[in-house]
Amino acid sequence: MTDFTKESFQAAIAGPKPVMVDFWASWCMPCKMLSPLIADLADRYEGKVVSGKVNTDDEMELSYQYGITAIPSVLFFQNGREVQRIVGVNGPDAYTQVLDSLL
Amino acid sequence: MHSDILILGGGPAGLAAAIAARSRVRTALVVSTPGQESPLARAERIDNYPGLPGLSGARLLETLEEHARAMGTDFLPGRAVSLLAWNGFHVTVGREIAEGEALILAPGVARQAKFPGEAEFLGRGVSYCATCDGMLYRNRPVAVVGLAPDAPMEAAFLRSLGCQVTYLSPKEPQGLETGIPFLRASRFAIRGEQTVSALEADGQVVPCAAVFLLRRTVAPTDLLPALETEQGYVKVDRRMATSVPGVWAAGDCTGAPLQIAKAVGEGHTAALSACEWLEQRAAESAKK
Repeated sequence: MTDFTKESFQAAIAGPKPVMVDFWASWCMPCKMLSPLIADLADRYEGKVVSGKVNTDDEMELSYQYGITAIPSVLFFQNGREVQRIVGVNGPDAYTQVLDSLL
Repeated sequence: MHSDILILGGGPAGLAAAIAARSRVRTALVVSTPGQESPLARAERIDNYPGLPGLSGARLLETLEEHARAMGTDFLPGRAVSLLAWNGFHVTVGREIAEGEALILAPGVARQAKFPGEAEFLGRGVSYCATCDGMLYRNRPVAVVGLAPDAPMEAAFLRSLGCQVTYLSPKEPQGLETGIPFLRASRFAIRGEQTVSALEADGQVVPCAAVFLLRRTVAPTDLLPALETEQGYVKVDRRMATSVPGVWAAGDCTGAPLQIAKAVGEGHTAALSACEWLEQRAAESAKK
């Protein structure tokens, strides 16, 4: 999964494919727990969805811009705009339902 | 920490489940806050638990825990604040992640009416975990609603991050760090627009960017929203199976009667059912 910076993030969401972005931080244990599932989903949807993550400590401007007030937060983008957000830890179905709806 | 059976709750139901699981040679990991925080520990005398009349609640809990430990149960002190059901079950407990192939929910009575605004602002300023979300509110005003004995410690952690903490609870807290203002209140409502802007406490408005609601246990349905409930209790069948495959529930969380004897029986049944499920699963996977 790509580690997005502000620049690569903007380029990704401007592209033609749906984008799934995991906002996380190294001190966040729920983020650490969720991360393998998000990586697995990224593999399963490879080629159809662009997947990446944003370290909220390193990219504070991006976190502020998207109003991240709890992590993990997984945001979904299509045609450059946010279409869905899942806050906290959820099972795979919560994420695949959104991803499938965007394809 | 990994186990065959992950048990959330260290009361009579959870400990009975652990003892039964160990007797079937399954590894069992109990995640629990200290026994002395349990309402049962405050019972002076229990006379309706068969065979052991006259024990105090604290002594009965100690006896059960000693038994579970002697059987080889693993323990992880703390509170499960988030749960992932994928490739088994995973929960975060402080800085640890506990894992199990099967899950038994035995948190005690965990029916809690939500405060107005709580569900609406969850993840948008309302948090159940200072360790998880505190860093996002560095140098900002936050309110801690302390409904668990360890809440003053969490408030101190938030203060150490630079948060401007106001502590609110119905009772005077024990061990609250000097310098953290305390307001006694028992009725709370969370206010805001897109995100939290204030906590209303007995009508008084406390401006804040986040509200940390620290309860003794996180309700099973907050951990696992897919769980079916009935009149606020976790719905189970006679084998203590819940609506989620691989998850069993036992004790007060499944409903009345809220009695130790019932909790112990349910914990035992839940563990035997979980063991059987693990055996069937192993047999099916061996056939493939």
